[in-house]
This record gives sequence, structure tokens and C-alpha cells, in this order.
Amino acid sequence: MSILLEAEHLTKIFTQRGKNPFKAVNDVSFTLKKGETLGIVGESGSGKSTIAKLLTRLTDITEGTLKFEGKDITRLKQSQLKEVYGDIQMVFQNPVGSFDPRRTLGDGIGESLRNRGMKKADVEKRVAELLEQCGLEKEYAKRYPHEVSGGQCQRAAIARALAVEPKVLICDEATSALDVTIQKQIMELLKDLKEKKGLSFIFICHNLALVQMFCDRVLVLYEGKVVESGIPDDIINEPKEEYTRRLVDAVLS
Amino acid sequence: MSEKQNKNVTVRVQKIKKNHIKQKLAFFLILAIGLVVLAVFSEHLCPYDPYAQDLASALQPPSLQHPMGTDTYGRDMLSRVISGARASIFSTFILVAVISVLGTAVGVCCGYFGGAADAVMMRISDVCLAFPGLVFAMAIAAILGGGIQNAVIALAVVSWPKYSRIARGQTLALKEEPYIHAAILAGDSSGQIMLRHILPNMLGPVLVTAMLDIGTMMMELAGLSFLGLGAQIPMAEWGSMMSSGRSMIQTYPWVVLSPGIAIFISVAIFNLLGDTVRDYLDPKNSRS
Repeated sequence: MSILLEAEHLTKIFTQRGKNPFKAVNDVSFTLKKGETLGIVGESGSGKSTIAKLLTRLTDITEGTLKFEGKDITRLKQSQLKEVYGDIQMVFQNPVGSFDPRRTLGDGIGESLRNRGMKKADVEKRVAELLEQCGLEKEYAKRYPHEVSGGQCQRAAIARALAVEPKVLICDEATSALDVTIQKQIMELLKDLKEKKGLSFIFICHNLALVQMFCDRVLVLYEGKVVESGIPDDIINEPKEEYTRRLVDAVLS
Repeated sequence: MSEKQNKNVTVRVQKIKKNHIKQKLAFFLILAIGLVVLAVFSEHLCPYDPYAQDLASALQPPSLQHPMGTDTYGRDMLSRVISGARASIFSTFILVAVISVLGTAVGVCCGYFGGAADAVMMRISDVCLAFPGLVFAMAIAAILGGGIQNAVIALAVVSWPKYSRIARGQTLALKEEPYIHAAILAGDSSGQIMLRHILPNMLGPVLVTAMLDIGTMMMELAGLSFLGLGAQIPMAEWGSMMSSGRSMIQTYPWVVLSPGIAIFISVAIFNLLGDTVRDYLDPKNSRS
């Protein structure tokens, strides 16, 4: 299987004047193969979301290299990244906040297509297709983010991420802001996409049960470091590290 | 049960409040539009030629013929006040439009890109904010020389930092919103993000500041003219009219009071309109 995403010794240090530099992500390395789903778990503040931002280059990488399909994208500028964003897309934690409050959902979903020079009529058609694929009627394209529920908005966000037909979809706590039944529906949608489109996922989550159900491999993150990695079942059944054990116990109790 | 009733009461109170604000907004908007119409059609609304001298009827007290009296040269004060509306209101509008657009543009760019340019622009705006605005504007106007355009330029130079501060702060906050990240991932250029996603979402505070600024700027322009740094004699402008009549405040008060009241009324109208717009756009009042 070909390697899509390759992270080597990724490190992110936040520096603030008058404060000690803070290592949010410390020497994290992993690879993501085509069609694979990699879970990243850890408690709040363990650096999960920072990793998501590093992988999409929304913040600068302090040290280490990030390669996509063998090409070094660690230091690309925003204008050069446009091409990479055709292959790597992201679904955010807060579905409603990830859409511009003054623009319709359809406008947000079609934005990447228009930026790639698609004609207006074609964009409209494609947006309708995408919405349908994600289980929404095409009328939702005309709605504003505050007019729909969180679950519907997250479906629209997934539709937006799929618009450019990416190879890797990064889900940063994509189901955490939703209640349990909606969470299940969204997970089914993601599973469906995984099977039908052969998408690769980086699935960032604090819920071990979801990770066990959905991921092929998992990294356990603690204070910015990978403390354990492997197959979810193994890690949950026989955690080697003290921290992982606590994480598993916390779910069971 | 009682909680539900309480909630209903709050909703009703909010609705009444909202309606009240709407009525207020309509009221002040009509008054402000009235002033603008007065300024636009000032030539046709003046009962006399505001520049025609008639020394035989100089300094007459208000009468049916001259509702606001006449000045030292026998010019009809009402006509001069009406035609002065044009100079005052239009200069103010141009001034506020220029500073709000330029200041906001500078602020958004500084907030979005940061770096050295941001630091330099913000230090310049610190300098502008450190001095009392009118004093600084007086200095600049004095260098540029008299004339209402120069007064507008002087006030623009001192007043833009307010907008760039607001715009910069808003931009810094909005920049971290997930939808801006989503826009980056959609392949938007920096320009697109600033114009399509940041500007529309910060228009509220900028608009409110601009509305509230109309009154202030009108007063400062009149102030500069009063000091002889703005509109030049014999141009009909409220500030310079007050200035030329100020020695007569005890003997012929209408010469000073008519333009003074005109300034007072129009500044009050635009300030109250600005306040109401702020209340109207306040999310606490609009979401129910």
C-alpha cells in the first residue's frame, strides 16, 4: 500500500513573551497509508487539535517534516498549499462555527469548487450531489448555519470537505459536539465514505469506543508525545503504558 | 411551570424592547434623512440668497420676514443656516466615509498579516491617539492652510486610527474562527478571506463607530472653522458663522445662537441615531 501522509518528528512549540515556551506537540512521527484509518486519542490539552492544525498547515510546524505522497510540504506558503488542499481536507469540531455565519451552507460547500474555476451552474449541481451523498436534501444549500441543527451542519461540513474529492480526511473531534444518536449517524456516514470511496482518515477523538469501532491503528497522545501506538483492540485490552490504562479505565468506569 | 411563565415574560419583554428600538431607529433615521434632504436642496429651500448683503436691514432681531434675524451685513440668518447645512453635513459625511474605509482597510490588513508592517502602523496610530485629536488636527490644518478641504484632510489624518484599532482587534479574533480555517482549506487567497469572510463579519462595530463619529466629526469640523482653520469667510458654514458673530453674543445673540442651535440639533440627531443603531445591532436585543 502506498504511503499518503508521512510525519517525521513533528514538533510545535508555542512561544509567548514572558512565558516559558510550551511544547504542544513533541516529536510525533507516523505514517498514513492509502485507505487506512489512523486514530489519535488523548485527553484535552494533549495536543490532538494542534496535530490536526499541523497536518493541514493551519499553524506553522516548528520542527520536523511533513510529506504528502512523498512531497515535502513542511514549509509551503499558503498560495502553494492550494494544491495540497485538493487532497487533504478537514472536518472541524464545532460544526456551526465552521461555516461563515453570513453565508449559506451551499456557498461554503461550493467555495473550494469556485476557487478551482468551476462554473456557477456546475457548482450548484455538484453541491446538491454532495449534500445528497451526505444525507441532506439539496434545499439545505440555501440555509444559513444558525438555521440548521448541529448534526445537519456537520453533514454539510463533511459535504464541504468532500467537494474537492480529497484522499485524506482529517476529522478533529468531528462528533464530540453532537449528541449520541446524531454521533452514531455521523459515524455511519463516515464509515460509508470509507468503504465506498476508499478515503483515508485521521480520526482525532477522545472517545476510545469510537476509535475501536472505526480505526485500523491508533496513537495515544499524552502531553504532546505519542506514548503508545498499535491496533485499537490490543491497546484497549492490554495497555502497556500507565497513561493508556488510565484512559481505558476512565471509559469503563 | 413558573419557569416557563418567566421565560414567556422575558420573551415578551424582549419583543417589546425590540419594537421600541425599531421605532426609535425609524424616528431618528427620518430626522437624519430630513437633515440630508435639507442639505441637498439647500439652494431651493433658502428664502433669501445667503450671500446677498443688505446693510439697511443689518442685525435685525428674528421677525416674520427673517425668522432667525439678520447678521452684520444684513444677510438672512435662516438662509445662511440652511445653506451652511450643506457644507457641514457633506464635509462630515465625506470625512467619516474616508476614515472609516481607510482605517478599516489598514486595520484588517494589520490584523491579518501581522509582522513588521503591523507594528509600524500600530505605533503610528498610537502616536495619533496619544494627542488630543482636535489639537493635533489644528496643527495639521494650520500647516495646510485654511479651507474646508484642508480641515477635512487634517481631521482624517488624526481620526483614522480609531477604526484601524477596532478592525485590527476584530480581525485578530475572527482569524481564529473555524470558518476562516475552513476557508483556507477551501483554497481561498488572503484577499478573498479578508474581503469575503472577515470584513462582512465585523461590519457591525465599524458601522456603529462611524454612525457615532458623524456627530463628533461635525462638531470638530465646526470647531476648526470656528478657529478660522476650516471654512473661510464668507462661506456659509456653522462654525465660521458662530466665530464671526461671537463678539455679538450679548448684544445680538441670534447671530451666534442660530448656527449654534443648528450644530446642536444635527449633532444630537446623528449621535442618537448612532446610539440606536448600536442598540439595534446588539445581539442581546436581536436574538429572541
